[in-house]
Amino acid sequence: MVARVGVILFPGSNCELDALEAIGHLGGTAELVWHGDRSVEGCDALVVPGGFAHGDYLRPGAIARFSPVMDAVRTFAADGGPVVGICNGFQVLTEAGLLPGALQKNAGLKFLCTTITVRVETTTTALTSLATPGDELRIPINHFEGNYTCDANTLAQLRAEDRVVVRYVDNPNGSVDNIAGVCNEGRNVVGLMPHPERACHRLLGSEDGAVLLRSLLASAGTPVA
Amino acid sequence: MLFSVLVETRLRPGIADPQGATIERSLPTLGFEGIRGVRVGKAIRFELEAPDETTALAQATAVTQQFLINPVIEAADVSVAVTESV
Repeated sequence: MVARVGVILFPGSNCELDALEAIGHLGGTAELVWHGDRSVEGCDALVVPGGFAHGDYLRPGAIARFSPVMDAVRTFAADGGPVVGICNGFQVLTEAGLLPGALQKNAGLKFLCTTITVRVETTTTALTSLATPGDELRIPINHFEGNYTCDANTLAQLRAEDRVVVRYVDNPNGSVDNIAGVCNEGRNVVGLMPHPERACHRLLGSEDGAVLLRSLLASAGTPVA
Repeated sequence: MLFSVLVETRLRPGIADPQGATIERSLPTLGFEGIRGVRVGKAIRFELEAPDETTALAQATAVTQQFLINPVIEAADVSVAVTESV
């Protein structure tokens, strides 16, 4: 079965074509799903891509959360469907309450556009099932508001439940506990700031993101944990 | 009745405020001494039609909590004032 991945397109998204290209390159099929649609029927997995959904006005993700498609995304996630939010998509999923915590301005107050190293901390998630714990992956980041924060109880819970999916090896943005990505309780919803879709081909300087998107394709249509 | 609403948002205590910290660090360079505790927030103003002040405040507070702030990192003060009586 070739996994069909729906890539949610908001006004202001700008990484949706990167996601389509990467998923196609890795053997999946991907299609855009307009944010005004009320259904994600036919999709085996969903990607909420990077960009500036609804201009990032008010706060990143604050308005995207109310897009008509988000009800379908919530239902899909509640039914165990794999959902990955990348960068702005991570911000959208936290605002939508599908992932805990929030993303605030980088500690250095700089927009960061560079390639960093993240370490895979758990492999029982929709995005890391084919990776090995401790894997260090070179993946680009492109964000101004990637500084992950949450209250102490949430952080303790994330640690206790092994829900920190990837950590920065050298924290670029001030994120609490070096967190680069987290998952929900069901481990089928994952959000991360780095862009694996931009590290899926040697020509892009790194193929390290491929294992993550391959994991997503593998988890499409099958239970995660 | 028409009310004018002012929502002042701020980062919750304990949430790092890199904008505030950067402003505070730059102040001595500009010759402003003795300023500390700089925190940056937002002010959002709008008008609201409601039958009375209690209802106006309740509605403004609801929209603030559900949309205008992210309660994980932000808090807000909401105030309403009559701008026009019908």
